[in-house]
Amino acid sequence: MSTYSVSDATAAAAPRAAITFADLSGSYGVGLAASLAWLAFGLSCLYWPDVGDWSRTGSLGIGAIVIAAFILFGTFSADYLGNAGQALRKRAPWLVAFGAFVTLWEVATAKFAWLPLPFFPPPQAILEVYTDDLPKLLDSVFASIKLQLGGYVIGATVGFITGVSIGWSQKIGYWVHPVLRFIGPLPATAWLPIAFFTFPSSWSASTFLIALATGFPVTVLTWSGVASVSSAYYDVARTLGARPSFLVLKVAIPAALPHVFVGLFMGLGSSFAVLVVAEMIGVKAGLGWYLQWAQGWAAYANMYAALIVMSLLCSGAITLLFRTRDRLLVWQKGVVKW
Amino acid sequence: MVVQSTAEAITYPAVGAELDIEGVSHAFDIDGATLPVLDNVNLSIAPGEFVALLGPSGCGKSTLLRLVAGLEKPRAGSLREDEARITGPHPSRVVVFQDPTLFPWRTVWDNVALGLEAQGILKAQRHRVDAVIELVGLSSFRNAYPHQLSGGMAQRVALARALVNDPKILVLDEPLGKLDSLTRIAMQSELVALWQRKGFTTLLVTHDVEEALVLANRVIVLSDRPARIKADIAVGRPYPRHRGDPYLAELRKQILGLLGLEATW
Repeated sequence: MSTYSVSDATAAAAPRAAITFADLSGSYGVGLAASLAWLAFGLSCLYWPDVGDWSRTGSLGIGAIVIAAFILFGTFSADYLGNAGQALRKRAPWLVAFGAFVTLWEVATAKFAWLPLPFFPPPQAILEVYTDDLPKLLDSVFASIKLQLGGYVIGATVGFITGVSIGWSQKIGYWVHPVLRFIGPLPATAWLPIAFFTFPSSWSASTFLIALATGFPVTVLTWSGVASVSSAYYDVARTLGARPSFLVLKVAIPAALPHVFVGLFMGLGSSFAVLVVAEMIGVKAGLGWYLQWAQGWAAYANMYAALIVMSLLCSGAITLLFRTRDRLLVWQKGVVKW
Repeated sequence: MVVQSTAEAITYPAVGAELDIEGVSHAFDIDGATLPVLDNVNLSIAPGEFVALLGPSGCGKSTLLRLVAGLEKPRAGSLREDEARITGPHPSRVVVFQDPTLFPWRTVWDNVALGLEAQGILKAQRHRVDAVIELVGLSSFRNAYPHQLSGGMAQRVALARALVNDPKILVLDEPLGKLDSLTRIAMQSELVALWQRKGFTTLLVTHDVEEALVLANRVIVLSDRPARIKADIAVGRPYPRHRGDPYLAELRKQILGLLGLEATW
């Protein structure tokens, strides 16, 4: 048995208890700076008078000071907060940068109008949009998600099935490949004028276009994935008694899955573009339409607010896709982390 | 030249199948030209026998194995397993390739289970998968993915994946060719032990004369492409064999001579 002395235990506990100068310049220092940056943001809101008429300046300033207090508390008790504390410590440099950015933004717009005003609204104007125009914004978010999800799921499913079919069967490939080559590279948005008068509703037309934008990359990459499966895998499976259905479902598709996910990722990107354009032109709902509407009223704060929401949604969708991929493709080593 | 067998009195367990290769010729079409690879190969292998095929690189050894496995059909001649003509792949004739070709998206257990799953009998036979993983000594790696395995371990999984089907003929296409020499020697003994225990007929392609002599009852030496049988040599020595055995050294010298490498001795 090994023995422990009392001095070992205190030596191990010591770094937690006392904050030294080295700590201040290290992780605590960064946390402190982040807190100060957010305090500066809050004070800049409250100290100078606004050059315009915004109703949320006071609450934004107080909110920023509350955030500063939370960061301060979190920084010095990070050791006792478990994962949340570690996450805060890891993101502290970003909190400094972000706090400094919003301070500068506040000062440059609401306080001294260094940036031309209606076009560059201050943070409190955007906060105002989120509090006062929330129902309309939420309606737009749900409309966008509904349209995007429907089109994407249809496009991805059709693309996947088409890709597997032409990758597997030369006969199907003979007929589908030329069509794919002719129609696929055409940007889906080029179909907009035709789609809007041939489809019964603008909603179905947009769903079709989003499905088209998603389907092409998914088809091509699924196809190339299935076609590039090493014939050695098929030989192994066949000598073990596999039938053709087994070869497709248990060999070709799993082997092609990494390619399929690249296609799904590319399809997601191009379908976002189609979604926004379709909403701006034809569909009278969704975030694209909200942007268009805000532009019509010269409501610049609403445009920025909608852009931020849109960015969070798109990024969230891609995160979701990558999480799914990481779960399904645990067997791959060294996959890119999003 | 055919070296006559020294009194062979080994009896084989009845598990293995008899393999008859009769007048088999095969060719490939490459850029419009016909490239003959096998020329009238005749070979009869008794149930439970361990036969090694030796030949110069690219002579058509692996093609012969693909024909035995049923992955391709010969241009002429016939192959029969226990008198039944081979027309396609069957789990009674399993191949272990030079590359383990494990499915990277499946764990060790799922890779080994592949054959039973493909034949639709996995649910009732799960214990066979466990048993054969135990047999190759990889029980603690059953949930590992192939990229986490060493070369020797991966090849053992490939061997387990073949053995779980209880093959009557085990076809080995240079299965140890890419392993380091220490792993290789260890796996040669494992292979002999498995073969003695299970009693399947074994057809091994190798380019390593010593490996052929340590493992096989019979060594078939093939000519340059198109491959013909140049010599059929019985190795009348009990197992486990000794690498330094002067009898094996003499055979090795003869075989290297047949392969046109006598100058190296």
